[in-house]
Amino acid sequence: MTMEKKKTVIEVRDVSKTFYNREGDHLVVDHLNFNVYENEFVVLFGPGQCGKTTVLNLIAGLELPTGGEVVVNGEKVVGPSPSRGMVYQTTNLFMWYNVMKNVEFGPCVRGVKKAERRKKAQYYIDLVGLTGFEKHFPVKLSGGMQQRVGIARAYCNEPDIICMDEPFGHLDAQTRYLMEEEVDRISASEKRTVVFVTNNAEEAIYLADRIILLHNCPTSVHREYLVNLPRPRNYVAPEFLELREQITKDMDDTIG
Amino acid sequence: MSTYKKRQFRLRIVSLLSILVFLAVWYVCTAVLRLAPAYSLPDPITVFQSFVTKLSSRVPDGATLPQHIWESFKIAMAGYLMGVVIGVPLGIAMGWVSWVEKIVRPVFDFLKPIPPIALIPVMITLFGIGIESKACIIFFSTVIPSIVNSYSGIKQTSQIHLWVARTFGASNLQQLFTVAIPSALPMIFAGLRVAMGVSWMGLVAAELMGATRGIGYMISTARNLLRADIIIVGLLTLGFIGIVISLVFDLIEIKFVRGGK
Ligand SMILES: Nc1ncnc2c1ncn2[C@@H]1O[C@H](COP(=O)(O)OP(=O)(O)O)[C@@H](O)[C@H]1O
Ligand SMILES: [Mg+2]
Repeated sequence: MTMEKKKTVIEVRDVSKTFYNREGDHLVVDHLNFNVYENEFVVLFGPGQCGKTTVLNLIAGLELPTGGEVVVNGEKVVGPSPSRGMVYQTTNLFMWYNVMKNVEFGPCVRGVKKAERRKKAQYYIDLVGLTGFEKHFPVKLSGGMQQRVGIARAYCNEPDIICMDEPFGHLDAQTRYLMEEEVDRISASEKRTVVFVTNNAEEAIYLADRIILLHNCPTSVHREYLVNLPRPRNYVAPEFLELREQITKDMDDTIG
Repeated sequence: MSTYKKRQFRLRIVSLLSILVFLAVWYVCTAVLRLAPAYSLPDPITVFQSFVTKLSSRVPDGATLPQHIWESFKIAMAGYLMGVVIGVPLGIAMGWVSWVEKIVRPVFDFLKPIPPIALIPVMITLFGIGIESKACIIFFSTVIPSIVNSYSGIKQTSQIHLWVARTFGASNLQQLFTVAIPSALPMIFAGLRVAMGVSWMGLVAAELMGATRGIGYMISTARNLLRADIIIVGLLTLGFIGIVISLVFDLIEIKFVRGGK
């Protein structure tokens, strides 16, 4: 993948974020800079509590920077937008809606006609492998299935960018591998710009076009890695293992 | 039969037995041991006979049991529906719109601790013993829990769900109707249930103090005439109505308040 030809979608320009709370000012993001290009799958990788969620919220517009700016498709981010979808760490499905109504939520609030949004939602429900579960309520689904609904819900709104915040952090290892395969497959067939957060090196290498290693808090870019392995990737290929060792070592350095 | 069904069946039998035991103890204490004189605590068979007679007899209070029930029901419904129709939207508005909260909250915090039954004398002096005073008491009994539960239900909306809705571009009003209200629904519904119980109690208390018809009136007339059998018929009727109301709420809950739990 040659980057020169790529259109820049997200520009994080010298972004800082300080939380002002009772205990005092808490600088979490410190002069962060990176770009994300069209249809690129970028993984933000870093230790727990380093500020990954905060960075993602800044891109989504759920938080606003206290310094610098986030620019998406040439426009400064000033709040959330349907063009930037989110898949969250814990499932945040609407427990009062069934799978179908959850997935069609985006088109629904945009006023898309029922027949049309149903068709669209059905497509994404099928895509994440939940055919037959349209009428089920989230409580009846396993954690992995709930995250599938969350992914379908984000894709169904057809945003330019999809942010995923450790979506598989709470799943057991088995389900996690399965979901990583699914995301790999879905992002191959549904070309989108994806910013994916994880603290799992294996997951990062399996999914990413490019990995951005973040510093411990206050965070900034520590190092970047282009991952040029063929997909679907083999967890035990020598190159995979080598990169994993490198990244794990670099992450330890950011903490140490 | 599956093990589950067998267990359920056994539990039913136990419940039925407990009612039978209760009736048996009552019978033995009154008809056999005569622990209390019949005019103050009649035996269950006499009560049952009085119940059957009262279904069609206007003696001693001028109306049959169904007429009393209907009278109470009518007033209860009028006050209840008014309380719900005003209380729920007001509670939701208080929970969602901060200026409404600022305006209504102080008045509301002042009114909330007043027990509805304490309003009975005020209402009777204001409106007499007719339908208005009782409807007002029930309205008051209903509107408070309706507001409390709708308000706190909306207040407890998870911030993250609102974020989700906002990332999908939901407007403020869309967030209210697709997130806040549905997530508050179980709580609002619990408020309606509590309100029903409170308003029913308030009504009977009001009827005991002054009325010309209704279950409470039937009980207080019977007390003046030393008709313990009719008092007990009245009490059992109240208990039975309570069970029916509870069942109706269960049905509505199963049908409309799904998803959660
Ligand atoms: N709203 C907030 N107010 C105050 N501090 C916050 C807030 N959100 C996050 N933080 C702090 O920022 C740091 C990074 O948090 P987070 O972005 O969630 O990290 P990560 O997702 O990498 O685990 C933490 O120390 C956390 O306490
Ligand atoms: Mg996080």
